[in-house]
Amino acid sequence: MKLKNKEVTLDRADLEILQALQDDSRQTYTAIGKRLRISHSTVYDRVKRMEEQNIIRGYTALVDLEKAGVRNVLAVVTVYTDPKETEGVAEKLAKSCKVLEVYTSLSDELVIMAKVWAGSQEELHEFIASWVAPLQGVLRIRTSIITKKLKETYFSIENYSKRLHL
Amino acid sequence: MTVENSSRILRTVPREKAFYFFTSIGNYTGSSAVSLKEFMERINAVNVKSLEFHLGRGDFEKWTAEVLEDKWLANEINRIMRSGLTGDGLRNQLYLTVSRHFKRLTNPSSTRF
Repeated sequence: MKLKNKEVTLDRADLEILQALQDDSRQTYTAIGKRLRISHSTVYDRVKRMEEQNIIRGYTALVDLEKAGVRNVLAVVTVYTDPKETEGVAEKLAKSCKVLEVYTSLSDELVIMAKVWAGSQEELHEFIASWVAPLQGVLRIRTSIITKKLKETYFSIENYSKRLHL
Repeated sequence: MTVENSSRILRTVPREKAFYFFTSIGNYTGSSAVSLKEFMERINAVNVKSLEFHLGRGDFEKWTAEVLEDKWLANEINRIMRSGLTGDGLRNQLYLTVSRHFKRLTNPSSTRF
């Protein structure tokens, strides 16, 4: 990993370590080292540096909510706003624990898209009606309740490495 | 009804207590009302689907009773809900009820509840 003008450049070994951690973040540095044919101390040093630089933002458990018996409703909420207020609305949305993801989009209209979690449809509506609609600058809201999830994954470092021909 | 009661019902409420018109779960039309006067105006302008959605859920009744503190109007809205009216018939009946009530409140000499 090189640091130039506060910009980080990852080399092949860094990307391979990230790929190994994305495959299984519980494996030991020794196991990763064996797989990449480098020493465990090199893996350790590089992981620590990537953690310090916030390239690795954390390690988490992926929970299947259905199997865990957690009742929930997921919805994609599109918020149309006054362009002057878009940033402020997006920041307020991002602060809510019910909002899982927030994006702003520069399509025909300036919109905010948010993935929202609620315990029931009624709870979802209550949240949007009493918390999102009253935010200054909100013009209208479209909500699509997710009925079936066909795929959910994260961006893979492996695909990125392939693109760079590393 | 006393002048104090009328003034309370006719007041403008804070934005977070406004009535926000939706057409279905999570779909906000962009129309809201912060007073009885605005509420009356929006009934005439908003998509009729929104009126059907909120009436069926008891939202109008709840807002008029709890936010405007207007029990009389809440009871009248409940009566309209039980009538089973839909579409423009519902819009007309709601508007008639709210606008007559509004006139009585703004012209106390004609008040008779």
